[in-house]
Amino acid sequence: MDYIDYYKTLGIAKNATADEIKKAYRKLARKHHPDLNPNDPEAARFFQQLNEANEVLSDPEKRKKYDQYGKDWKHAEQFEQAGQQHASNGSNPFAGSGHPFGGSETHYSYGGDAGDFSDFFASMFGSRGGGRQAKFKGSDYHASISLNLSQVYKTHKQVLTINGKNVRITVPAGIANGQEIKLSGYGSPGVNGGPAGDLYLTFDIKNDTVFERKGNDLYKNVPLDLYKAMLGGEETLDTLSGKVKLKVAPETQNGTRVRLKGRGLPVYKKDGVFGDLYITYQVQLPTHLTAKEKELFEQLSNER
Amino acid sequence: MEKEKRIAVEQCCSYYRIEQSFVQQLGERGLIELNRFGKETFIGFEQLPHLEKYIRLHYELEINMAGIEAVTHLLHRVQDLQQELKRLQEEKQRPGG
Repeated sequence: MDYIDYYKTLGIAKNATADEIKKAYRKLARKHHPDLNPNDPEAARFFQQLNEANEVLSDPEKRKKYDQYGKDWKHAEQFEQAGQQHASNGSNPFAGSGHPFGGSETHYSYGGDAGDFSDFFASMFGSRGGGRQAKFKGSDYHASISLNLSQVYKTHKQVLTINGKNVRITVPAGIANGQEIKLSGYGSPGVNGGPAGDLYLTFDIKNDTVFERKGNDLYKNVPLDLYKAMLGGEETLDTLSGKVKLKVAPETQNGTRVRLKGRGLPVYKKDGVFGDLYITYQVQLPTHLTAKEKELFEQLSNER
Repeated sequence: MEKEKRIAVEQCCSYYRIEQSFVQQLGERGLIELNRFGKETFIGFEQLPHLEKYIRLHYELEINMAGIEAVTHLLHRVQDLQQELKRLQEEKQRPGG
């Protein structure tokens, strides 16, 4: 556990006024607030540090204690004991941080996933906000879950371990890469009996198939030999829903695109509705021609 | 909307300790969806995370209504671009991509 320079965190001088602290905090909070930096854990972490620095420096009592004992935080407990002997009413001078939406204190809340305040803070001031009386909803958690694209084809169950509890979730077919779902009440517990926060799960979908995904549609290039392209024939193709036999029309041109209706991915939360599969034929020209083949091509060439 | 999945704006504002006009303005600007039933206006539960975000932007970061509108628009763009970036990175990592 290291000493944290809260003045450095806020970018202010040791003799900064309360107004300067407020301004510095507000300016940095606007830049690093997780609401304004989606999917940026680094911003969430820094914002938590900002909150911690502000919690200490914006409270004259805490600031005084920090300034006096900050670098010798290991002795803070002794200071605390000595302080309690002198306190006439026995109340905790560091308790209470006000309602985030009311009062004159500047304290920005965010249900981020940056965790609690540092050990340094806890060793010096005890746990955060211990004196709050109002009920507050717990922080929201953000987590990501990895899936393979082939798993997206069917609705399935997954078991996640959240804070030591096994939670069975249903992953609806057709979920998109980067899509977020909310699991109500699986965030951190509420304060003073307030409701628990929520868990936001982001799906990180890796493509383990031969198809390219664009929304609910799938795309694939299919090689086609010259003779089948010229004379027509059949081509068997693997799709996510099984093998499909395709009729290749005579004189199929290179780059011809064919749509296989309903052979794409299922549409999210729309039972029985599917995207399409688009295949693009890539005609393969023969190489290493034999003398006879060359002669036949020459004959063909003369015919045109 | 099912009855149990919505809350009256008045009740909601008292819970969050915010003015009703704030929620009304968000509704007028299309930032949240409000529904009117008889004389009362309701907000769906699924809208509450958005409302909580706007509360933080307005009451904590002191961003005014026009700012919230602009920020929301830009955040959508950021998220779209993040998705697009992810898709392109994935495409690049695929063999033959």
